[in-house]
Amino acid sequence: MRPAPVRWLVLVTAAGLTLAACASGTSNDNSTDTDESDDNAAESGSAFDPEAELEGELSIMGFGMGDEIAQVRYDEAVSVVDPVEVSVAEGELDIQQFLSSVATNDPPDLIRPNRDQIGTFASRGAIIPLDECVDGEGIDTSMFREAAIGQVTFEGQLYAIPEFNQVQITMANSELLDEAGLTLDDVDGSSWEAIEAATEAMHQKDGGKLSVIGFDSKLPEFLPLWARANDVALLSDDGRTAQLDDPKVVEALEWAVGIYDMQDGFGTVKAVRDSADFFGNGNQFASGELGAMPMEQWYVNVLNDVSPDAPLAFSTVKSRTGETIAYSSGSAWAIPAGSANPEAACRFIKTMTATESWMKAAEARAEARAEDDKPFTGLLTGNAVADEQIYDAFVEPSGDEKWDAAIEATYEANEHTVSLPANPADAQFKTAWQDAVNRVLNGQQEPQAAMEQAQEEAQAALDEAWAAWDED
Amino acid sequence: MATTSTSPGAPSDTSALRAKRISRRRNTRAALLFISPWIIGFLVFTAWPIIYSGYLSLTNYDVINDPEFIGLDNYQRMLEDPKVRLALWNTFYFTVLQVPLYVMVSLALALLLYKAGRSAGFFRTAFFLPKMTPPVAVGILLLLLFNGQNGLINTVLSWVGIDGPAWTTDPTWVKPGLILISLWSVGSSVIILLAALQNVPQELYDSARVDGANWWQQTFKITLPMISGAMFFIFIVNTIAAFQTFTEAYTAYFGAGNTTYSNDAALFYVIYLFQQGFEFLNMGYASAMAWLLFLIIMVFTALQMMLSKRFVYYEGEQR
Repeated sequence: MRPAPVRWLVLVTAAGLTLAACASGTSNDNSTDTDESDDNAAESGSAFDPEAELEGELSIMGFGMGDEIAQVRYDEAVSVVDPVEVSVAEGELDIQQFLSSVATNDPPDLIRPNRDQIGTFASRGAIIPLDECVDGEGIDTSMFREAAIGQVTFEGQLYAIPEFNQVQITMANSELLDEAGLTLDDVDGSSWEAIEAATEAMHQKDGGKLSVIGFDSKLPEFLPLWARANDVALLSDDGRTAQLDDPKVVEALEWAVGIYDMQDGFGTVKAVRDSADFFGNGNQFASGELGAMPMEQWYVNVLNDVSPDAPLAFSTVKSRTGETIAYSSGSAWAIPAGSANPEAACRFIKTMTATESWMKAAEARAEARAEDDKPFTGLLTGNAVADEQIYDAFVEPSGDEKWDAAIEATYEANEHTVSLPANPADAQFKTAWQDAVNRVLNGQQEPQAAMEQAQEEAQAALDEAWAAWDED
Repeated sequence: MATTSTSPGAPSDTSALRAKRISRRRNTRAALLFISPWIIGFLVFTAWPIIYSGYLSLTNYDVINDPEFIGLDNYQRMLEDPKVRLALWNTFYFTVLQVPLYVMVSLALALLLYKAGRSAGFFRTAFFLPKMTPPVAVGILLLLLFNGQNGLINTVLSWVGIDGPAWTTDPTWVKPGLILISLWSVGSSVIILLAALQNVPQELYDSARVDGANWWQQTFKITLPMISGAMFFIFIVNTIAAFQTFTEAYTAYFGAGNTTYSNDAALFYVIYLFQQGFEFLNMGYASAMAWLLFLIIMVFTALQMMLSKRFVYYEGEQR
């Protein structure tokens, strides 16, 4: 007979392992559960009906009610799905938390991810196609922007409905431009040679140290923008082939890095950039430390709030052939596989992204801005109809030329957006090209070699992910 | 007075033994009952995940779909993955430089505190306070302190005529910057070493002084041997922590501090493991990486334990 301590240990171990097995979210049984959930969701397609009575609960992950734009639409959506009890885990979507919940068959009923995550989620079966939702609830997808829809369409099926939209515009310090005898045309991207000349003219040193950045090409994040300006995309339209070592991509990278080299290198420019109070009244434009850069349109609101009197000028970003270009990004709404209430989720999505909801939200924002004696700078959504109606109804000349120019540039950029297609290895793809750009910026590799390595890494990741998808 | 004597194995002897055994069994049972919550917690939340990660390391697992058994492919892939080699090199570099520096700085501060007299209490608190700073904040602090243009470090260096490097972007200086910022949390080790210093018997110093020993001789012949146990503890714990370093470097170069900018020089092993598991969803590969790190740490810890027999003195230990 075993001694008592051993017997106890065996008993406790057995109990622990049994409990652990019960708690496991990755057992083989799980696949059955998930499959069943998929089936349930699919079967529930017949219930996607705008007249159908809803019931139960609706849990949402990845949404926050930080401002009136969110709150007004949320209130509207909650009233539409009444008597469904809606709960929100506020904050950005935590991918690990979300995927774990799907794996353990206990997902939220609705999520709000970034659009560039849709391909990864869709390819792994973490979210369901919305075709039945769209048909059943009568969501008019034609009102959404093509670039935004492209980001949430995977292998021909729609997996999410676009919400907000972000675009890039050119922002500049008008005083520095004037002092150098330059105009916005010199820094809007239409001529890379002009930007080089402007960088040379506007950057300044104090005691041998860089004190004013002439032009910031915003690497690594804006390589896709400069590549597009050079008439090439980083990824093929079907999302299967990386084009990172395309000569035009390498050329764009060489040029954008060269802008930093003219100003003592990226390390120096980044150090000046990092020491600025980006969100405060000591921002680079207000303090006269930056000549020009491309930037997302939301920064206009920041500048308007913290330094309304700063000498600013705005324009769109242009390609080398002079056309306005912008990369579209933003959030979207999707229904997880295994959602317990896809009908309520679908109707909630429909309301959150409907033109009427956006109009009410924009009205609330415009009123709030008016109370603060600040201009309403518009609202960019994935819904083109809503954007147009909001612009017509609420955007008015502010009386300040620079802010009006910012609004005009924003809306013009919004009409010329492109995006990378959904793909199942988005994170690896992005890491591959960003790491390559960073290696060049850090002086570890030349652009050609860096992009060749990135091409290999990205293509390997894409091939593996697509192979898994194609097998299924 | 009559005396009774019993031979071994007599009935009274046996019953005493039995009573003793029953008592011991009861005590064991009670002890196990009291620690069973911890045992269950350990089994469910530590032992089982460790065992399960061993299984996952032999699979292709994307967190959502079922793990697919692929044998040793993940381990084979690690051998061919240049980023694993890079991450291992960065981690070894960091560990080899950071751990001795950390211990030396801790010891130096503890020795100063030991001599501080009545103000020791204030400085003890002052040294420990930075330890309370969340590591994420330390990561952001790194970017501010070590900013190549306007950071405090380079500003101070410029006072003595040194043109400081680009700590946060130059690959040569990224790891030294991370090593230096790790000294921010040296306070806990200082407190442990100070406690050890205060336990060194004063008579030893008195005898040494009578024999004419100076401060250096007292430190190397008495102080260091007497606190070698505490120093070894700090050494081993920090070696393990250095192999697992993550938060400060991730925040500064891969996370909140730089959402798009990164630097290969800061790609430590656990950061790459995290990327594979939680960003790229290659949880099987990440599990294999975790097991390799476990083996590396185990080997280094075993080596340190072996060396400790030669260099570490424990009071009351028989040699």
